[in-house]
Amino acid sequence: MKLLRCPVNGERPLQEFDYGGEYRPQPDPDAVSAERWASYVFDRAGAAGLRREWWYHVPSGTWFIAERDTGTDRVVRTYLPDRLT
Amino acid sequence: MSSPQERRLPPQPGEWVDRSRPISFRFEGRRYRGLHGDTVSSALLAAGVSVLGRSFKYHRPRGVFSLTGADANVMLHGPAGTNVRGDETALTEGLDLRAVNTLGGVRRDLLSFLGRLSAFTPVGFYYKALHTPRALFPLYERLLRRLAGLGRVRAEHRAPPSPKDYAFCDVLVVGAGPAGVTAANAAAACGAEVLLAESGERLDGCVREPIGSGVDCRFGTTCAGVYADLWVALVDGRRLTKVRTRSLVVAAGCEDQPAVFANNDLPGVMLGEAARRLMERYAVRPADQPVVLTAGSEGYRLADAMRGRGIGVAAVVDLRAEASGGMPCGDLEAAGIPVFNAHTVVEAVPAPGKAGVRAARIRALDAGGRPTGAARTIDCGGIVVCVGRSPRDGVLRQAGGAMVYDERLHRHVPDALPDGVFAAGSVAGADGEAAAADGRRAGRAAAAWLGLVPADAPKEPPDRDAAESGHPYPVFAEPHAKAFVDLDEDLTVDDLAHAVQEGYDDVELLKRYATVGMGPSQGKHANLNAARVLARLTGRSMGDSRLTTARPFTSPVPMGHLAGRGFTPVQRTPVHDRHERLGAEMMYAGTWLRPARYPRPGLDRESCIDAEARDVRSRVGLIDVGTLGKLEISGADAVPFLERIYTGRFAKLRVGMTRYAVMCDESGVVVDDGVIGRLAAERFYVSTTSSGADQVYREMQRWAAVWRLDVTLVNATGSYGAFNIAGPYARQVLAGLTDVDLSAGGFPYLGIREGTVAGAPARLSRVGFVGELGYEVHVPAGRAAGVWDELLRAGEPHGIVPFGVEAQRLLRLEKGHLIVSQDTDGLTDPFEAHLGWAVKLDKPFFVGKRSLEIIAGKEPRRRLVGFELPPDAPVPLENHLIVDDSREIVGRVTSVGRSGAVGRTIGLAYVPESATAVGSRLRVKGEGGAIVSARVAATPFFDPEGVRLRS
Repeated sequence: MKLLRCPVNGERPLQEFDYGGEYRPQPDPDAVSAERWASYVFDRAGAAGLRREWWYHVPSGTWFIAERDTGTDRVVRTYLPDRLT
Repeated sequence: MSSPQERRLPPQPGEWVDRSRPISFRFEGRRYRGLHGDTVSSALLAAGVSVLGRSFKYHRPRGVFSLTGADANVMLHGPAGTNVRGDETALTEGLDLRAVNTLGGVRRDLLSFLGRLSAFTPVGFYYKALHTPRALFPLYERLLRRLAGLGRVRAEHRAPPSPKDYAFCDVLVVGAGPAGVTAANAAAACGAEVLLAESGERLDGCVREPIGSGVDCRFGTTCAGVYADLWVALVDGRRLTKVRTRSLVVAAGCEDQPAVFANNDLPGVMLGEAARRLMERYAVRPADQPVVLTAGSEGYRLADAMRGRGIGVAAVVDLRAEASGGMPCGDLEAAGIPVFNAHTVVEAVPAPGKAGVRAARIRALDAGGRPTGAARTIDCGGIVVCVGRSPRDGVLRQAGGAMVYDERLHRHVPDALPDGVFAAGSVAGADGEAAAADGRRAGRAAAAWLGLVPADAPKEPPDRDAAESGHPYPVFAEPHAKAFVDLDEDLTVDDLAHAVQEGYDDVELLKRYATVGMGPSQGKHANLNAARVLARLTGRSMGDSRLTTARPFTSPVPMGHLAGRGFTPVQRTPVHDRHERLGAEMMYAGTWLRPARYPRPGLDRESCIDAEARDVRSRVGLIDVGTLGKLEISGADAVPFLERIYTGRFAKLRVGMTRYAVMCDESGVVVDDGVIGRLAAERFYVSTTSSGADQVYREMQRWAAVWRLDVTLVNATGSYGAFNIAGPYARQVLAGLTDVDLSAGGFPYLGIREGTVAGAPARLSRVGFVGELGYEVHVPAGRAAGVWDELLRAGEPHGIVPFGVEAQRLLRLEKGHLIVSQDTDGLTDPFEAHLGWAVKLDKPFFVGKRSLEIIAGKEPRRRLVGFELPPDAPVPLENHLIVDDSREIVGRVTSVGRSGAVGRTIGLAYVPESATAVGSRLRVKGEGGAIVSARVAATPFFDPEGVRLRS
């Protein structure tokens, strides 16, 4: 079983986590076209590569971001969402 | 009792069997005697039984082949279990076993005629031939299941519960051979916590170094699989142990590889390792007057070892033109054992009934390694094969290691290994004397990787000079008899050639089509030769050919070891025992157990629901709503937070009042609803649907983090019990129990108050879900049962009844209130569900706003409407479809019930925009496809003015 580093609780087995989807910055809803907004809502990038992902540590209720290479399943780093840029 | 051909040798130095402890057992119904320390296979062979099983497809006799736990053809069953492998199962008193997959016993298997049909059943035959005509498939299936199965499943068998174990270590060493033991000792000497797993029951005689005291060594334990981040499955006879290790050293050794020649599967044809184990561990004579087929020094050593034990050797047949290194063959010749260089065995000549080997036919090899010239027949009682080895690299490859074919050793060696993973000993190409030193190197390297010691300067490659070289292509098929590449699956060279001809010329395709390597031994003796055959047929070199992917498990694992306990989480409210005492019929609502109804004598389900609903409408009822999600939301940004989460406005919600709230996702789909109560300027009490609480709380946490708002979220769902007391007498019942002013002016509809109920601190709110005067009472979970009892007691003079979820659903249906996830689905927007009034598109932002703006500008495709049926019409069920005149689906029923208060069957349904007008006719396709005619009706069906709930 994979290990994942929760920024608050340290390295824990994957069983304790839920995946929350890719982190995708929201475009300004009042400024974008309907097409672009629909693409934000519905389209997902499936190509393998380095992605920022939402992960949730269930026992402690901690959301955080994991930068993961979806090709190699290697997690590069994890951090709390307040460090999102 | 024992057979006349007793094959037990006199006591051997270091033998594993204990001659003072005889063991009696049964095989195929006959009694035999073995010794403590025997495996089933060694005991049977010692007793002169050479046919131990029948092959999978052709039912050919098979015997001891490798004795390494990979003899898939010696599969037994009996009261002790299913799929018992004879070569790795320790003999115990009273064992009673039979060979699997026979008709009439292993000695005269009536299905062996299938071998003669092989010309008509090439690879893929069953796929191609037995699918038409379709009607006959059940017959084919029954027939094939009878012919092709391995063992019989005993449906009555109950595996004893096998708890999982967990272990943690710094270094896990797999294999306690010469390299594994030195690796474990070296790592432990550096201060590492070391676990050493060995599949055998004890150390082999070739291990010189004792296991150090700092090493936790587990015998009889197989490393069955490696998963992400070195999460390792160890399997022993009793259980599965899940190990988290920081570093892994694989010292699993090598598996002898067979040569492919005619009848190379007969009992009596065995690998060198089997012959060695039989003699050294179990003191059993492997064969009488065997021929040794070799491609290296090991064959000479074995021949000498047999000769030294008084076993006559018929001949040594060496595939090489001249012996290089190893045993001087002079000794053997002096002992009168002929040596044939540049020769091979081309056929094992079967004894009567194919129960053994009568002779070996050998031929010379030309410079290209092809048999040439006339065959010579050597009488013999068996053929011992030492033509090469292949690393047991399954674990290494599962851990991410890459193997490369070494053209000099004619086997695979590690190429690139991931961080923290090391290979040691013969699996890494370091055989014999070099293995122990290589183990020390690997153990130290693991410790260095963990930072326990400084890393050794250069990473020396293992010493492969002393490695036992194999033969590049020990395949000598002749057309007239079967030469097997895969004994598990009965695949011959011809079978592989046919598959390649049909285009399955990639190793992964060949595996799937021909099933090579898919048997119980996972191709431990088949994959290398199959790859060689494939490479030669496709003109590729072994260096360019790939291996099939290695996956768990490396060897069979009992299902009972893997099975978990049945685990279904169930949530019960704090007053669950009260419902049980009242005899409630319980139902699941998500993971919650809720009372469906409280059965009454003489009333069927529908009448009971109706009676409960009438009592609420006419007197007063009490329902447990403790399953509602309950969130406490506070902080300076609580209002902006709620206005961003929910579609409505809450800035102007007065303290002491509640408001209905709808939550959408970013696509504008309704995902939850609830009631927001303002307890103080910056303190809110928010309810969610029963099943949505955790998810809503989780999403709120995420948005709070993204928006960086000053807000505190507490999921208090389990902290409070909650009841709804509803009906015309609700106020009278509650009045005697609370200090809260219940007057219509002091506590209006949609108000929320804090106070006490029956002495417990409570939050009360006036809600209207069932459409009656009603109060939701939330109290600390520990006080809930007492408050429930008090409410029922106080309600007694007013005829209070507890009512269940089914009556509540009917009551809210009469009011036209929807239930999120029952009356909405994964596409429902608030407008089509008539929740547009709760959506404030003029707010600056909320989740889903932009999507709802886009949706609001489009024609709705459907709407949720109320409908009614005549009282005598058959009642459709939820999710029955609405169809148009041509029976095309245009909508569906989401809720339906027979309402006593309305006097009709009523429901909610999605219908096309064209059919939303009150009075429109709907065609509902009911049970059995019958069309029921319904009429669109206005909602609420009952008390449309809402007089009752405001009273």
